[in-house]
Formats: sequence, C-alpha cells, structure tokens
Amino acid sequence: MKLFTAETEVKTQKKVVLDDMILTKDLPTCAGSKMLDGYMSLFDAQVVTKLSEAQIGICGKANVGEFAIDLLGETSYYGACTNDGKLVSASAEIVKTGKADAAIVLDVNGAPRRAAAQSDLVYIKPTYGTVSRYGTIPAACSGETVGVISTTANQCKEILGIIAGHDDKDGTSHADTVCQKIKTSSEKITKIALISAFNVDSDTAAKIDNFKTVIEKSGVSCHTVEGEKLLCARVAWNILMSAELCNNVSRYDGIKYGHRASEYTTIGELYTNSRTEAFGDLLKTAILYGSDTLSTENYMKVYDKALRIRRVVAEYFDELFKEYDAVLLPGCSKSFYTEKDIETNKYISFEENACTAPASITGLPAVVAGGVQIVGKAFSDAGLLDLAEIYEKGGK
Amino acid sequence: MKYETVIGLEVHIELATESKIFCSCSAKFGGEQNDHVCPACCGMPGMLPVVNKHVVDLGMAAGMMLNCHINRTTTFDKKSYYYPDLPCSYQTTQWFSPICVNGTLQIETSKGKKDIRIKQIHMEEDAGKLVHDDWTNTSLVDFNRTSVPLIEIVSQPDLSSAEEVVAYLERLRSLLRFAKVSECRMEQGSMRCDVNLSIRPEGSDKLGVRTEMKNMNSISAITRAIEYEVSRHIDALENGTEELVQETRRWDDIKGKSFAMRNKETAGDYRYFPDPNVMPIVIDDEWFDSVKNALPEFPEIKKAKYIELGLSEYDAGMLSESISLCECFEAAYEVCKSAKEVANWLISDCMNIVNKKQWTVDMLNLDGKSLGMLISLVMEGKVGRTNGKKILEAMFDDSSINPGEYAEQNGFIVSNDTSLIESVIKEVMAQDEKSVTDYKNGKEKALMALFGKCMRQLKGNCDPQLLQKLLIDCINKA
Repeated sequence: MKLFTAETEVKTQKKVVLDDMILTKDLPTCAGSKMLDGYMSLFDAQVVTKLSEAQIGICGKANVGEFAIDLLGETSYYGACTNDGKLVSASAEIVKTGKADAAIVLDVNGAPRRAAAQSDLVYIKPTYGTVSRYGTIPAACSGETVGVISTTANQCKEILGIIAGHDDKDGTSHADTVCQKIKTSSEKITKIALISAFNVDSDTAAKIDNFKTVIEKSGVSCHTVEGEKLLCARVAWNILMSAELCNNVSRYDGIKYGHRASEYTTIGELYTNSRTEAFGDLLKTAILYGSDTLSTENYMKVYDKALRIRRVVAEYFDELFKEYDAVLLPGCSKSFYTEKDIETNKYISFEENACTAPASITGLPAVVAGGVQIVGKAFSDAGLLDLAEIYEKGGK
Repeated sequence: MKYETVIGLEVHIELATESKIFCSCSAKFGGEQNDHVCPACCGMPGMLPVVNKHVVDLGMAAGMMLNCHINRTTTFDKKSYYYPDLPCSYQTTQWFSPICVNGTLQIETSKGKKDIRIKQIHMEEDAGKLVHDDWTNTSLVDFNRTSVPLIEIVSQPDLSSAEEVVAYLERLRSLLRFAKVSECRMEQGSMRCDVNLSIRPEGSDKLGVRTEMKNMNSISAITRAIEYEVSRHIDALENGTEELVQETRRWDDIKGKSFAMRNKETAGDYRYFPDPNVMPIVIDDEWFDSVKNALPEFPEIKKAKYIELGLSEYDAGMLSESISLCECFEAAYEVCKSAKEVANWLISDCMNIVNKKQWTVDMLNLDGKSLGMLISLVMEGKVGRTNGKKILEAMFDDSSINPGEYAEQNGFIVSNDTSLIESVIKEVMAQDEKSVTDYKNGKEKALMALFGKCMRQLKGNCDPQLLQKLLIDCINKA
C-alpha cells in the first residue's frame, strides 16, 4: 500500500481516501463497528494493490456506518459526521473539501449515492463484477460494489480505469475483456427514461428538472415513464441484504479476532455477550430480520420471493433498455437529513434506499451527477460518465 | 413379533486433492496445528471463495462410479450454525442443486446381491477441530482441516443389517479408492459415517422412529453400534423401556452404548441459501467426458480380464484390489507380455519392498513400463533374478531408473562367455576338491555347493542352465 504523506507528496500525484470497508494491511479497518475496532487485516484489498501500482497515494480511511448499511454513516461506532447540522458521509466530505482527489467506497446500501447526490459530487457504482471485491468487508455480497466518488466525471473515469479488471481471487469477477468494456464508451446516450414513481422533496425535484434541462441542450431526449415496478426493488433488496448480512457477520463470534466479552461462562454466552456488546441497533435489527427470512418457515415465503423480485426488476430494466439508453432516478429522495430524522425513524435507511435499491439489486452501473442518478445497461459505465461530463459542461 | 431394520447412511469422504476447496492451502492430513491456514480458511473478512476445479472433477468421478446422474449445473449454498471450529459460522455446501443424484451401489452379502440406491452426492467443506486442554481448562481451535474438500454420499434407507452396512462401506471404499477420489481412511477421518436407523414390524411399509448416530469412524464400531441400537429400539417397542424419539445419538464404543446428545447441540435451523460469491458451476461435455474417460474399469472387470490372461483367481483378486497395482500391472504387461511373471514380481517382490517400507499399496510409485523392461531382461536371461531384485529395489528409490542402463552400469549383465565361465569353474574346483570328489561319488548335493560358489564368483551374471551344463562337463572331464 502506498501511503500518502507529506514526504511522499509529489505535485502530480493523486491521492484517494478509502472508506472503512476496504481492507488495508497498514491501517486498521473497522467497518464502523465496535466488533472490528482496531482490526488489522493481513492483506490489502485488490483495489488498494491496483491503486498503489498506479502510484496513487492513500491518504487515509474514512468513517462508515456499521457495515455500510445505513443512511450516511450515522450508525458508526465512532459517531456520525455532520456539517452544519446535516448528516454527511465522511468520504464525500473529504473529497468535497479537497483533502483527497477521490474516495473509494463500498456501495452496500446506496450511502455513497445519497452522499454524492446531496453534496453535488460525481459518483460511479460500476457494473457488478468489474471491480474486484477481494479485500472488502463482506456485507451484502450479491449486490455490493466498489465505487468511486470524485469531483468530476473525468476523475471518476480515471480512477475507475485503474481499479477495474478481472481478479482471480474474486469468483464473481468477469473475464478481463468484459471488465475492460466499462472503460470505453461504445454508444452515446441519447434517449433517457425519467422515472416518476419516486416521491421526492422539492429540492430534489428541482435538481432533476435542472439536469434534464441541461442535458436536453446537448440533444439528449428525456421521456417520463412511471416505472412503478422499480419501487418493489426496495423491499426485495432489504430482504436479500439483511439475509446476506446476517450470514456474513456471523463470523464475528468473539473467537478468532474482534471484540470478545469479558464476562461469560459458556460458549453460548461468549457469543451472545460479545455480539450484544459490539453490534449496534440497526445491524442487530438487520441480523434478526435476515435470520428470520432464511428460516425454514420463511425461506420460500420471503427470501425466495425476494430473489424472484430481483428477476422482475432486472427484466423491467431490460424492457426499458429496449427503448431507452439509460434510466434517470433520484439519487436520494431528500436533499439532506438531520440527526433528528434518524431519532424519529431508526429504520430510515431501509426506507430511504428506495432510489438506490434498483441498481443495487440488479448490479447495473449507476452514476450520480447533478444530484440525480442515471442507471445504464450493464457495462455502459463509460457512457454514463460521458453523460455526467456533458452535464458538467452545461450541456455542451 | 419379528422386526426389520431400516438403515440409511450418510458417508463423508475427504477428497484426495492437493489444496483446499476454496483456497490454495494444503489439504494434506497432519502437519503442525494451524500450519495449513490462510485468511480465507480462518474466516477473516475480505477473502472470497474460488472453487478448486479438482474438487468438482472428483465429485463427478464419485458420481460416475456410483451410476449417478450428474447435474450439469451445480451450485453452492451456505449453511449457518455457530461452533468455534467453523470460522465463518457457515459451511459452504450444496443444498439446492447437488452435483450428483439418483445412483446405485451393488453390494454382496451372505444373502446375495442387492442394489442400494444413492439419493445424492454433494460437495462441501470440512470444519476445523477443537482440542480440549483439561490441564488449563481451555479449548483450542485447529483450522488445518477447515475447508478441506468433502463429498457427502447419502443413501436411501435401503440397508437392513449391519452386514449390509459393512458390505456397502467396503464396496464404496474400494470404488472410490479405485477412482482415486479419496484414500478413504477411516482411522484418519477421511471416511466418516452417520447411521440413520429405525425398526418396524416385518412387512410393514411405515417407517418407525429414526435415530441418527454421527461420525462413526471404524467399521467394527459401526457394527456394534447398529446391533446395540436395534436391540434398544426393539426393547423400547416390546417392553416399553423408553419412548423412542427422533434424535441424534453419540456412540460410545468403550461403554458399548449410545447416548442422546443434548438437544442444544443438534437443534437449530441451518438457514440455507445460495452462496452469492460462488457462480453456478456449468459442466460442459468436454469437461464431463474428460472425467468420464479418465475413470478406471470396475475392480471385478479388471479381475476377470486378468484371469483371462492366465492369472490365478487369487493373483487376479490381489492385483485388482488396488488401482496402483492394476496400473503397474497393465503397463508392465504391455512391455513384457507375460502376465504370470508380472503378477509374481508385483505380488511377491514389490509387495515385500512396500511392506518393508511400511507403505500402503496405494503408495506404490513404481513405473509399470520400467518394471516390464526389468522383467523382460530377466526373462530373456540378460539379468539374473537375484540381480533383478536389486535393480527393483533401486527403482523404488529412484523412479527415473532405466533397468537396462542400470544393469549395465552396475555390472548386472549376464555373460555367456563360456571360456570365462569355464575358467571360474576350474578355479572353484581347484579350491574345493572335496566337493568334486563327493559329487563323483554320487553326492548330488555337492554339485549345488560348487554351483553356488561359481555363481557368487560370477556375481550372478550367468545363465544358471548354462553354468550347470558347463560345470557338469568340467567335472566329468576332470
């Protein structure tokens, strides 16, 4: 790993911040959880290796919510980040304030997309399987992707070009020829479906209108489509994410590493006390929910249905892509959240993920720019970033 | 009332792969504690499973040996439960779409032949091992065995006695060893067996209450456990000694009794679901055929062939017990074309060396072609039999030895130079005049003494018949 320090600083060298779901040998990786407080990995994530090979410096780790399933990092054991009373994501804030050129994040439940939409940054969640997940702390493996937050589309493209590619150590990684596809734009996006089914606040609605106006100047046409089927992605994703999360965090049992309770008499108590002490409320809820959906009683009734809904959503996207090049969704339904929002509704991140769930559940690429989210066909990542660039240039 | 026993078996077999199922750690038995481990098999976050292709090869091979249908698309699932020897707290196994289904295994007992149906074979990873230290009152975990590949072979409840169970296990072991799927060593835990047993009145088609005995690891213990369980079940039904409940029991071979395991250890919902990190494995025709074509014939087919080549029932049976003997036999026969000679060399000479080295037959590393060449040399009289054995021993230590070259380099080539032989004979006769006189006086044994001395002098490099003829000629002339 190439640490970025004052001594190693070279003027031309780029520096990135990693969110705390990405494992590094030289810095602790804690996933925002007391369970992994101070955890030192024995190896670097594949993205870290690739960045170092490309002479990109790593300037540090950014706080995340516990296992990255919350709204904007508010469930972190290390506390929420706020700016002017508004909840902010640490990695987005670091990029926005210029402390890093980009942030490498693990997009589990859409937090980076919400963050980028609210702070007017550019973000790409690439096509599933094109960036290695080797060395990322697993939460919801079937949908989570390493993503890049930056200030410009071009910068996102550059970093994505470095980290994308086949990896033998990730069984879900595509062949290299397939991974390379996301780096070059094959077709221009000219026709967009604007989904109207999501409820948004007035600021967000204004952002969508603005984005539409700007890109229409460049000859891109936007067509309103209700897209109601995309609404069911949220419930299905919550089921799949909770089930996988429950399974993935079951390895933190206090035996091998991580937090171990000081008081226990039986092995059962060791498990229960360690996990009770070290896991936060939202994670505990997800564990219980996920465990229940996988029970013999509920598997067919709940989990299997969620898998079917995943198929329905994917097929609906396919249908849209027959007519449109990309689909425009809100990146987030509200322009900001406060700590009070969380206090009122503990499970807000399982409701406010409605706009991000469709791309999470299908593994399709999604770009956030100008506060909106554009979901494209698989491997159309470069095309989506081109569109973001057109927006940046005011439609020229 | 007469009862019949209904038994189904779940047999776990550790596969003979070099590395583990999802990482590149060694899968070998033994080693220092936690020697064969990496972040993946220790359950550290961030490592992703990458399937070892050889595991799928062997899973398929096992299915083919047991006449199974091979599912051309097979998937892995996660099974969740907490135990300290399971580092991820889930085991990656096959629940929804196992690699093989619907097979049969034919067994032979005193009652004749019987087909036992195989329900399925699935691939999975093994768990680690807990070591309890009573001295410090702690438990330690050894992850060496974690993620060692296993297949579980599940039979239908078609077995009805301990004798049949033993026949089933022995046949299974023989076939899987033959196909090099596993060494199937019960004492090392590479073959373990769960016995599901119930009894019912003879002729009834309703199954009785079933109990399961887990992790049986010796055939004799399995026999004792089955006999004990059957009598316990009958006792419960006839005399009402206890109420039978469906449960998992532990067999204590020393006490000769089975005990109910605490409910806590067995209850629980495994919450199976497809592993999103392992893509479905698609077996195309090319892959399927490559495994199929590499499979050996069944042992009895080999045996019949060997008998046809002129071997005795006993010799053919001995050879066809081990695939390494078969392979060596066939390659050697190809070269020297004498089945009997090859069988003699393999069964007596080679096995002697194997026993001396305290190996098992399957560790035989002899190159069959070289063995055939050696046998040819001896048969053609180019190398003496005693010297041939010396060459064989050298070949065990260095498999690259070419017997012809080795014989030349070490002076093991038989000489047919009569003048040389005669000069040796004369020398020996001069040294041992007594034997010469004895022989002349009709003591046949004396000739053997002279023969032996000549042979030693010639370092064994002489055709025995030629030597004998020349020796008699010389004595007669003298």
